[in-house]
Amino acid sequence: MSFLNSYIYYIGAFGLILVGFYIILVKHNLIKVIVGLGILDTGVNLFLISVGYITKGTAPIFSRPGIDSEYMVDPVPQALVLTAIVIGVAVLALALSLAIRLYQHYGTLNLRKIREQRW
Amino acid sequence: MRRAVTIILLIILALGISRSLAKIPFGAHKTKVGKYYINEGIEETGATNIVTSVVLNYRGFDTLGEITVLFIAAIGLGAVLTTNVKGETRKIQPASLVLYTGCRLLFPLILVFGTYIFIHGHLTPGGGFQGGAIIASGFLLIYLGCRERRINRVASNLIESLGGLTFVLIGLLGLVFGSYFLLNFLPKGTANTLLSAGIIPIIYIAIGFKVGSELTSIIDNLIEES
Repeated sequence: MSFLNSYIYYIGAFGLILVGFYIILVKHNLIKVIVGLGILDTGVNLFLISVGYITKGTAPIFSRPGIDSEYMVDPVPQALVLTAIVIGVAVLALALSLAIRLYQHYGTLNLRKIREQRW
Repeated sequence: MRRAVTIILLIILALGISRSLAKIPFGAHKTKVGKYYINEGIEETGATNIVTSVVLNYRGFDTLGEITVLFIAAIGLGAVLTTNVKGETRKIQPASLVLYTGCRLLFPLILVFGTYIFIHGHLTPGGGFQGGAIIASGFLLIYLGCRERRINRVASNLIESLGGLTFVLIGLLGLVFGSYFLLNFLPKGTANTLLSAGIIPIIYIAIGFKVGSELTSIIDNLIEES
């Protein structure tokens, strides 16, 4: 039980990453592949945040003077994830626009039926 | 067949990850650099939000690269979606009166909230990226509620370019006044006031405008297409 308590965030984050990989590798519908990409992105962000967490941690913001800095969480992964979320949205939008183009060109989103995409 | 191979591959991956992750304790202090930023951040940058001082001061050049990635993604989306000839315009069913009025009422409030978020980026949670995303969500609301309204493409591109240009110019001014790119050359002021932290609020306002107009142009391109 203590094992689960101490590693539940890592397990959850890598669970999301593995689910994302599974969807990307197995599914045939392009929209589902893009959804898997989004899940993988979320898992990576969650893992970075949970690596920076400190037990009983607070946000690294000195919102009033004299606040205790002992339990502040690591600010570096938060700074990385902050930009990664916005970039993830933009990359998902780019992938969806490519899906729109593929659908207009081939008339299907099934990756098995698109000859150049088969593997 | 492919499903079985994928599952075996993922199990091997999970085993390897779990063996390496068991060595990383959860909830303990891990890096010295994070501790350094927390202890010295206020004196060195003037920003009370340590995440902001990491994003824009200690790792400001990195943030410039991330802005560029966002810019390239928006450009790529525009290039992919606008190459086709415009077909017949579909008839747009107008939204109901309640939705129309509600969207028009909420839109300026959302803009004010987004602006507040990115102006106070060095004091409270938030900043240019979050404020820009909030502003873009306000424009998305207008697109859904007032169906025939469109943004001015030229103005959007102009704001986006000016935001990026401001970031680079302030970085270059650091080279003029001191020794390195993105030097915090303005006076730092007293902590916990709005006019503090030197160049950080200026850059975050520029990023807020840039991210807001970029995400709005992405929404505009996708709605034009659908």
